[in-house]
Amino acid sequence: MLKINNLHASIDGKEILKGLNLEVKAGEVHAIMGPNGAGKSTLASILAGREEYEVTEGSVDFDGKDLLELATEDRAREGLFLAFQYPVEIPGVSNVNFLRTALNEIREYRGEEQISAKDFMALVREKSAIVELDAKLASRSVNEGFSGGEKKRNEIFQMAMLDPKLAILDETDSGLDIDALRIVANGVNTLKSAENATIVITHYQRLLDYIVPDFVHVLYNGQIVKSGPKELALELEEKGYDWIKAEFSI
Amino acid sequence: MDVMEKDTATQVNWKMNDAFILNQSLRNDALAVLENTAFPTTRTEAWKYTRLTKIKNASYQTTQAIELTRTVGLDPNAIKLVFVNGHFNAALSSKSLPDGLKLIPLSQMDPAELMALGNTTENPEELFTAINTAYTTDGSYLHVSAKVNIEPTIELIHVSTGEQHISNIRHFITVEAFSKAAVVQHFLSENATDCFCNVVTEIAVAKNAHLTIDKLQEAADSNHFIGTENVKQQQDSVFTINTITLNGGIVRNNLNIKVAGSNCETNLNGAYILKGNQHVDNHTVVDHLVAHCNSNELYKGVIDGKATAVFNGKVFVRKDAQKINAFQSNGNVLLSDDATVNSKPELEIYADDVKCSHGSTTGQLDEEAIFYLRARGIGEHAAKQLMVGAFVGEVFEKIENEAFLNRINEILTERFSWNID
Repeated sequence: MLKINNLHASIDGKEILKGLNLEVKAGEVHAIMGPNGAGKSTLASILAGREEYEVTEGSVDFDGKDLLELATEDRAREGLFLAFQYPVEIPGVSNVNFLRTALNEIREYRGEEQISAKDFMALVREKSAIVELDAKLASRSVNEGFSGGEKKRNEIFQMAMLDPKLAILDETDSGLDIDALRIVANGVNTLKSAENATIVITHYQRLLDYIVPDFVHVLYNGQIVKSGPKELALELEEKGYDWIKAEFSI
Repeated sequence: MDVMEKDTATQVNWKMNDAFILNQSLRNDALAVLENTAFPTTRTEAWKYTRLTKIKNASYQTTQAIELTRTVGLDPNAIKLVFVNGHFNAALSSKSLPDGLKLIPLSQMDPAELMALGNTTENPEELFTAINTAYTTDGSYLHVSAKVNIEPTIELIHVSTGEQHISNIRHFITVEAFSKAAVVQHFLSENATDCFCNVVTEIAVAKNAHLTIDKLQEAADSNHFIGTENVKQQQDSVFTINTITLNGGIVRNNLNIKVAGSNCETNLNGAYILKGNQHVDNHTVVDHLVAHCNSNELYKGVIDGKATAVFNGKVFVRKDAQKINAFQSNGNVLLSDDATVNSKPELEIYADDVKCSHGSTTGQLDEEAIFYLRARGIGEHAAKQLMVGAFVGEVFEKIENEAFLNRINEILTERFSWNID
């Protein structure tokens, strides 16, 4: 589904990704771990289409399409979803209005009919239940006045509404207490299917107790330096990132 | 001094001689003012950001009444009074009125009653008020008797049509004690270029009366507009005015509100959405003369292209006007590098036990929010539209008149289609 080949990217002339390779197939869950500054969030930003980053080399294929050629909104319409590390507050724009617009633009892109108001509200009720999001929050302004946990649950609610092929969760666990973490993870697990895939970017192993990955990758200094089964995460937790740093520092 | 004389208002190349309505003595006073008054320049504080050269150098003329073929009006149930190029148009206006409402074009008033109007006008020496007084084409006398609730909206509709035509329209609106009314002032154009509409509205809100005015300005963009509302509120009254400017060339709104009785509520809301070379200037004054009153002012603008917005809001709280709550806020979003805003909120407080605040913000749309919306599949255009809608929506939410809101939405779609790039 996603094939990243030798990806190099920089911001303000500083190279952050230095030849990153990754392949994700349908039905898989990949975890990308690594110390701060390794390039984890940069990878998420580039895949979502943030324009501040310059891709200097390499390619990203998403279901047969050159992802890097697509505008941010077209990536989303093709089925890519980024759960933001820091969800943005948008005063005055209601969650519901925002999601209906998003859903209808995605449908229009795919040549499908607009969703009826009745079906849309039924979908909101069904999907907000997955992350135990209060129906009142659904009608409030996007993320405005939400707690940290509510913001992250709102991200997963949006993911449930848009039903992406590939979801990238960027540090979705950071700042969550154990209850919120469980709810978020449960949401992600409920949405998992044989047709979609998930990339979980995290600094901590804790999240992976709840979202069990098929593969764990260690990102360090702009490259994936180690890949392995889910046990690799435990090893990292135990030994800490210094182990990786010691092994791969030049 | 010779130079000044050449610049006086009487030197303009406007032909208005055939039109006057108000009484001869007021007219003589106004003509005397014009003899001695120069057109304001940007050196005049009140006109610092608004150049009047285009208006001053134009060759305006008055017309006779012109028939319009299309119907006008926002709400089919409203009581309508229609003016075309400043002249009353009976065919398009309502024939019957509810009990308790007098709504008469000045041109059809009893001369003795007409004599009584205009004698207490505020700032009669102000240039555009004097022009209006000297050359009133027509206008209305709107009077709501005491203890009456006028259910239907009253729409005062002003159509400019043709080329270089001037309308000097004068309205007198009085809502007597314990009454309630909602008035729309709609300004539009029909195949009009380079027309000028100069309107003075005198408004008296009596004890415990409620008056709402929704003002919509949508004349095509070569047509200029200067409007002045002089409002006086008596005790326990509520006055609300919503000024929405969506088109026009130079548009200046002078809103002067004297709160002369205690326990009054005053609401001033405004929205302006501009593009091209539009220039919109809102000057407001709320003068709290007495204690225990609340005023709330919210003006928001979205400015694109090379358009310019000016906001100057003054709130006075006089010496013995204690326990006043006065809030004023002006927010602007600039959508292009060439858009300009001059915002000047002012408070002058002479009482010592009051709660007043004012604020002004000008910025661009939040790029981070636009990226967030796009990352959910919403196109850049639609994302900006959502953000702009949310921003000015705060003002539109204050408006209760559905037909008025519908027209706003129509214009936003037709004129702007939110082609915001």
